[in-house]
Amino acid sequence: MSLLILAATLLLLTLAGYYMGRGRSVAVSQGVTHRLHSRPQYYGVYVALWCGMPSFLLLALWLALEPQIVEMILVSNLPASILDLNPDQRGLIVNQITSLALGGIVGGNITPEIEAAARDYAGMRQTGFAAMAVLVLCIAIFGLALGRKQIATTLRARNRVETIVSAVMIVASTIAIATTIGIVLSLLFEASRFFTKIPVTDFLFGLQWSPQTALREGQVGGSGAFGMLPLFAGTLLITFIAMCVAVPVGLYSAIYMSEYAGPKMRAIAKPILEVLAGIPTVVYGFFAALTVAPFFRNTGDALSLDVSSESALAAGIVIGIMSIPFVSSLSDDVMNSVPQTLRDGAFALGATKSETIKQVVLPAALPGIVGSVLLAVSRAIGETMIVVMAAGLAANLTVNPLEAVTTVTVQIVTLLVGDQEFDSAKTLSAFALGLMLFVVTLTLNVIALRVVRKYREKYD
Amino acid sequence: MAMAAENLVDENPNIAEHKIIARDVSVYYGEAQALKSVALDIGRNQVTSLIGPSGCGKSTFLRCLNRMNDVIDGCRVVGDITLDGEDIYDPKLDVVQLRARVGMVFQKPNPFPKSIYDNIAYGPRIHGLGEAKADTDEIVERSLTRAGLWKEVKDRLDKPGTGLSGGQQQRLCIARAIAVNPEVILMDEPCSALDPIATARIEELIDELRENFTIVIVTHSMQQAARVSQRTAFFHLGDLVECGDTQQLFTNPNDERTQGYITGRFG
Repeated sequence: MSLLILAATLLLLTLAGYYMGRGRSVAVSQGVTHRLHSRPQYYGVYVALWCGMPSFLLLALWLALEPQIVEMILVSNLPASILDLNPDQRGLIVNQITSLALGGIVGGNITPEIEAAARDYAGMRQTGFAAMAVLVLCIAIFGLALGRKQIATTLRARNRVETIVSAVMIVASTIAIATTIGIVLSLLFEASRFFTKIPVTDFLFGLQWSPQTALREGQVGGSGAFGMLPLFAGTLLITFIAMCVAVPVGLYSAIYMSEYAGPKMRAIAKPILEVLAGIPTVVYGFFAALTVAPFFRNTGDALSLDVSSESALAAGIVIGIMSIPFVSSLSDDVMNSVPQTLRDGAFALGATKSETIKQVVLPAALPGIVGSVLLAVSRAIGETMIVVMAAGLAANLTVNPLEAVTTVTVQIVTLLVGDQEFDSAKTLSAFALGLMLFVVTLTLNVIALRVVRKYREKYD
Repeated sequence: MAMAAENLVDENPNIAEHKIIARDVSVYYGEAQALKSVALDIGRNQVTSLIGPSGCGKSTFLRCLNRMNDVIDGCRVVGDITLDGEDIYDPKLDVVQLRARVGMVFQKPNPFPKSIYDNIAYGPRIHGLGEAKADTDEIVERSLTRAGLWKEVKDRLDKPGTGLSGGQQQRLCIARAIAVNPEVILMDEPCSALDPIATARIEELIDELRENFTIVIVTHSMQQAARVSQRTAFFHLGDLVECGDTQQLFTNPNDERTQGYITGRFG
């Protein structure tokens, strides 16, 4: 609560800085603002940035680091009787102390030492907060004064604000990149732990997937086979079925929207198609499990075909439906960006509309269309929910779309759901699968980007 | 029918002499009228140039001649246009066939993103001219030669047409139009995106093509009209103001609006 007040105060100071900077710049120019290097607003923003940026940064840093530092001090002050315990027990006691200090409900027996430590801890946190508040406010006021003092007609406030804005953007993109790198590194690290337990070749080329490992000697059904091929085969099968639905339907609707539909029809049809992309996949999931899969099973029964109630076909078709807007919307944009002069050129040679589309528009738009299809493919490969609900968990190595199959993402989910110990081959294999999936989708995305970039150079 | 140009055209035009005869042609874009009761005859194996300030309707009229206005939403054409005595706005007429007879070259070179060879071969293929590879090869060579491009591109027929220079691209587009063996070629400011040297080449080419084709060219450049055409029509604000022998129109115009335009007082 008091943190909220502090933040609000800082915000108010920043706002005040803006008005002070603006007012000051007008005063400095003696009311003739065109003598200033920049517009008065820029001076306002300049002072506001001086006031707000360092103080908020310090606040964020302090909030991030303070608990750790205080806890270190707490641990170093603990009596020897507690310090001598093993790390797990010590951690437990530290937890007790902190939650006692913060007024939480604490289980276990509370010794006087713990109570004393908790009092200390609470005191330290309070002093720490007070110190931080004072420091942050001081910095804000100091920054405000400093910024205001610099204002002169020659101060290039506009350029400096520009520099700061670009720096903020660089930081933002760095955060995004660093997060990606972090995720990849953690995947790599965990996957390498998995590969110390299971040989890489077994994983890459094994034909059997049954990740149950024995927890004790002689356990039944704990064979533990980690061949990823059945999973990738299932993924590819489902993706293939999905693309068989999404590509023709998406492409034809794109052609209709960009070439045949009038502007009114297009304005209605395109948003409606894009709604498909907004439906949560879990909704598609029960549509697949409750409507599509039974339909195929019943049809199969009628034709005396053996269709399992969870089939790759059902999941693939529903994923395909989900992917239609990716293909149609992007392809439509691409075809619209094919210059009208090309179509005119073909018409003027006496080509019919469909000849023009087939022989001029589609070839010109092909790279963009390929890009959109690849994007849809990587969506389909990564799809989990629909497969969990409609295609099942059985890792069959099959190309028969009427059988149940499973995919990489589904296996990752089932491996990590529930209480698991994170050092068994079973759970670690999830990271290896994740890494493989990442490599596959990354490759596809790179190809898609390449193709799209090639397309951009086409008409310039 | 009260129009300024009426007195300038024959009441009973001679089909043998005139390839295209347009009477009382009006064009509307939605509510706006872009062309007002235009009557114009296009001479056989002649170059007719259409001049006038921007927005005067000269391109609109040109696009009426191969019904390219059909492509534009909300565009309506009324009046009679005949090609060799055949009404081209007859509902029974095959527009695709018409466009094979009346080719068009556009303001901006618009080669297809295909190879030079395929750019030329495209038209003949869709119309079934030259089924065999040898026939197509021959058409491609002949068209490129007539467009004066053969020597420059004969070693790179498989390279994309978009890789040529602006002037070469425009000649490629002319070769593409010639390849389907049309009777009339419409050119909509074919040199406005080109430099003077490329322009000179195209103008020479137009003069050579006159032997086999009837050519209608829209141009902003009065010098160009004077250089390449035998007949000139001056459009202003949707009206055909004056039409006549190029030499006569530029030296001794009948209408004072024509006089004003060609002497540079407006436009």
